[in-house]
Amino acid sequence: MAKTAIALTVNGEAVEALVEPRTLLVHFLREQLNLTGTHIGCDTTHCGACTVDFDGRSVKSCTLFAVQAEGAEIRTIEGMAGADGTLHPLQEGFREMHGLQCGFCTPGMIMRAYRLLQENPRPTEDEIRTGMAGNLCRCTGYQNIVRAIQFAAAKIAGDSLQEAAE
Amino acid sequence: MNEISETREAREARLQGLGCKRKRVEDIRFTQGKGSYVDDLKLPGMLFGDFHRSPYGHARVKSIDTSKAKAVPGVLAVLTAADLKPLKLDWMPTLAGDVQAVLAGDKVLFQGQEIAFVVATDRYIAADAADLIEVEYEELPALVDPFKAMAEGAPILREDIKDKTEGAHGKRKHPNHIFTWEIGDHETTDLAFRDAEVTIKELISYQRVHPCPLETCQSVASFDKIKGELTVWGTFQAPHVVRTVAAILSGIPEHKIHVIAPDIGGGFGNKVGVYPGYVCAIVASIVTGRPVKWVEDRIENLSATAFARDYHMTTEIAATKAGKVTGLRVHVLADHGAFDACADPSKWPAGFFNIVTGSYDFPTAHVTVDGVYTNKAPGGVAYRCSFRVTEAAYCIERAMDILAQKLGLDPAELRMRNFIRREQFPYHSALGWEYDSGDYHTAMQKALDTVGYQALRAEQRAKQEAFRRGETREVMGIGVSFFTEIVGAGPSKNCDILGIAMFDSAEIRIHPTGAVIARMGTKSQGQSHETTYAQIIASEIGIPADDVMVEEGNTDTAPYGLGTYGSRSTPTAAAATAMACRKIKAKAQMIAAHLLEVHHDDVEFDIDRFRVKGMPERFKTMKDIAWTAYNAPPPGLEPGLEAVSYYDPPNMTYPFGAYICVMDIDLDTGVAKVRRFYALDDCGTRINPMIIEGQVHGGLTEAFAIAMGQEIAYDEIGNVKGASFMDFFLPTAVETPKWETDFTVTPSPHHPIGAKGVGESPNVGGVPAFSNAVNDALAFLGATHIQMPHDAWRIWKAAEALGAQG
Ligand code: FES
Ligand code: FES
Repeated sequence: MAKTAIALTVNGEAVEALVEPRTLLVHFLREQLNLTGTHIGCDTTHCGACTVDFDGRSVKSCTLFAVQAEGAEIRTIEGMAGADGTLHPLQEGFREMHGLQCGFCTPGMIMRAYRLLQENPRPTEDEIRTGMAGNLCRCTGYQNIVRAIQFAAAKIAGDSLQEAAE
Repeated sequence: MNEISETREAREARLQGLGCKRKRVEDIRFTQGKGSYVDDLKLPGMLFGDFHRSPYGHARVKSIDTSKAKAVPGVLAVLTAADLKPLKLDWMPTLAGDVQAVLAGDKVLFQGQEIAFVVATDRYIAADAADLIEVEYEELPALVDPFKAMAEGAPILREDIKDKTEGAHGKRKHPNHIFTWEIGDHETTDLAFRDAEVTIKELISYQRVHPCPLETCQSVASFDKIKGELTVWGTFQAPHVVRTVAAILSGIPEHKIHVIAPDIGGGFGNKVGVYPGYVCAIVASIVTGRPVKWVEDRIENLSATAFARDYHMTTEIAATKAGKVTGLRVHVLADHGAFDACADPSKWPAGFFNIVTGSYDFPTAHVTVDGVYTNKAPGGVAYRCSFRVTEAAYCIERAMDILAQKLGLDPAELRMRNFIRREQFPYHSALGWEYDSGDYHTAMQKALDTVGYQALRAEQRAKQEAFRRGETREVMGIGVSFFTEIVGAGPSKNCDILGIAMFDSAEIRIHPTGAVIARMGTKSQGQSHETTYAQIIASEIGIPADDVMVEEGNTDTAPYGLGTYGSRSTPTAAAATAMACRKIKAKAQMIAAHLLEVHHDDVEFDIDRFRVKGMPERFKTMKDIAWTAYNAPPPGLEPGLEAVSYYDPPNMTYPFGAYICVMDIDLDTGVAKVRRFYALDDCGTRINPMIIEGQVHGGLTEAFAIAMGQEIAYDEIGNVKGASFMDFFLPTAVETPKWETDFTVTPSPHHPIGAKGVGESPNVGGVPAFSNAVNDALAFLGATHIQMPHDAWRIWKAAEALGAQG
């Protein structure tokens, strides 16, 4: 099948690639860019395991074609830790609060929570639950995921307070 | 660090041993997207396989034309039953003693059954080509209702065995009959019913559901023709068993098969069995000489691999007017689908359903189970429970509520009157089990006190009165459930899989610097084994858990074990871990005595060291001892410090718990809201309370999903309705209730560290708690038993049938 050239930014790096027009974004990320942290859990855009950050919005990457990402800025789970290896407060929060078990939903959860906290830095529990409703987890029962996100929100707020103080 | 001045508490804390809330080691990679799941694997030259599946529930296959598929550029092979037949791989044995078609030959028996396997250079091409396969069918009448399976004129499903009157579990009464399993005392039970003051009888059904882990089943097979070696990566809860089965099926010697289960994205019983996809990927790799990946999609997962439950339990209890149970009789009609592919220990065609007497002192009981074939997917796996234990718990917990209602007794009170008492343990149940330990009254009382049970009942009565006066349309239900699990299969005296005793194993090696590698025969799918086994080792031999690396899932390096399901890891492999540690400790003691120049009876273990008795300042740490073991072992002692243990447990373990669910139901909409859910679990010794809590949260959420909405349903012609996330109910963070956890601790007397296992308790105990709450809410309107799932529509309908919809 004829291929189309696309250029986009993934985790801060410029990427140019040839893709079939029908290639799903999630397959492009996983198989062409080897970013296998983004997972696939369904065929119907329900589970959110494939969530990535796309031009400042959460998207389910199984629902877009790679060609639709032309010019986009994408962030995946692999782009969350700092260059020096420091974990993002969400990554830390998920570990601190036992917000994961098998880990399969976790990258999608973290990417969705990342955008949620951009939009609403101090969400209430209900706001977190509603904001995360597009991501399914079969292991944790969500309670600790909520706590993980609360942990991250507090930490991020604390950090920026400190920055402001400096 | 100063090893002498450090306090005992500091030394203890540094170990992160038993009982501490150690953070998980697994999370470091999982939170960074660095897990390695099967579909992440990429091998040079790797091909992709995809199935063409049956659109019919029951049909004769008249011809299969693969020519168009084969003509697609990029397609390397298409396998059908005709290709597998010469290899004797068109059928495969199931764990339950039946056979299952790998690819359908003359007939398809359920919608979604595998017919042809296309192998291509990429997954899109494989999917395209699978669509181009043309099959000519002659549709046959489908059998979907298990109650009609043995009726006159029922279509005969399994023509391959239609004349066999004897199956793997005895006599077959009908071509669609699989087995009858009977246990207990028929006569004394009949007498108990004859003499009973009160009896109840109810058909209690547990609908067909699916374990549905977030990652589907998948594998990669790679056959090396030159070496004659086969490597298979897959979503395997029991990798060693997979290897043994692969050796038997393929004729490749077992040592030349390498089975690797990498990180697994949840299992819950879905990933115990061997599926046609695994077999086809292996054959395709042998045929093409290239690695072949097979990944099922979600619809395939829900409609073809491993359903659970589908048990229809006609349940009777005999009792006195004072509320003492005197007998239990259950007949189960078990719908096994098209092939009997239950993943039970081989001699247990209905699993451990005979735990159905539950937590109560039944003097006598009698159970029969009839398994039948229908035109539905095969399976019958233990979905987050020990084999058929959740069905049994649902059966008895629902029936106790029905009895309480008939007697006009409070359901908690009825349970209290019939609990096995603490002093009766070890307790021999009427259906043959020996319960190891329990303290049911204490647990129940703690639960009732914590939730303020009496006040809740008073509130419920007030609400019922308000409802009767027409002041509210909201009713309130209180669901009580007290379950006893049986887990940890199991003792070789009663459990095996295909003849292999169900022991488990641990191999622990301490390196010269005191760093430890430990390998087990089990396989975590999210249960945190890398974290918790290390805690056991830390407490047993005094080396910090952070210095212990736990590895599972590679059959080349891990000792043989039967895998992780049925909450068996803690009862078996954790026990093996403790036993291997104790062997190491015995040798360490000799080395310490040698270093300290005293007799080995004069040294004692103390947290992380051996010290001279009465002289705490004279000691050798486990690190010192490890170094010496390799560099200057005492004369006459072999160098090295390692041990392996294969643990055959003397008995199962019997975790238990008391769950209470408070629910408000709006009868105008049928919407049920869980106001409060309290779960008290007693799993014996608690290895890591944080992880136990996490397991309970997860299991309760699955129980909530099952009770309140899940069902794999079929229409009358065998179409599976709703095998995708569009329809199959998986609760999100919004619907999921909040969980309150609590515990008591009654250690198992026969387990080396007293632990019983917990992963499945919340599913087993949770389902009846939710269902009892719904039934309890509607009982004052005259309901005795409303079948699951309790989604809003069905609750509304039930209320309507009771005349409560105006
Ligand atoms: S894989 Fe994208 S939503 Fe499920
Ligand atoms: S941790 Fe397993 S699906 Fe969420």
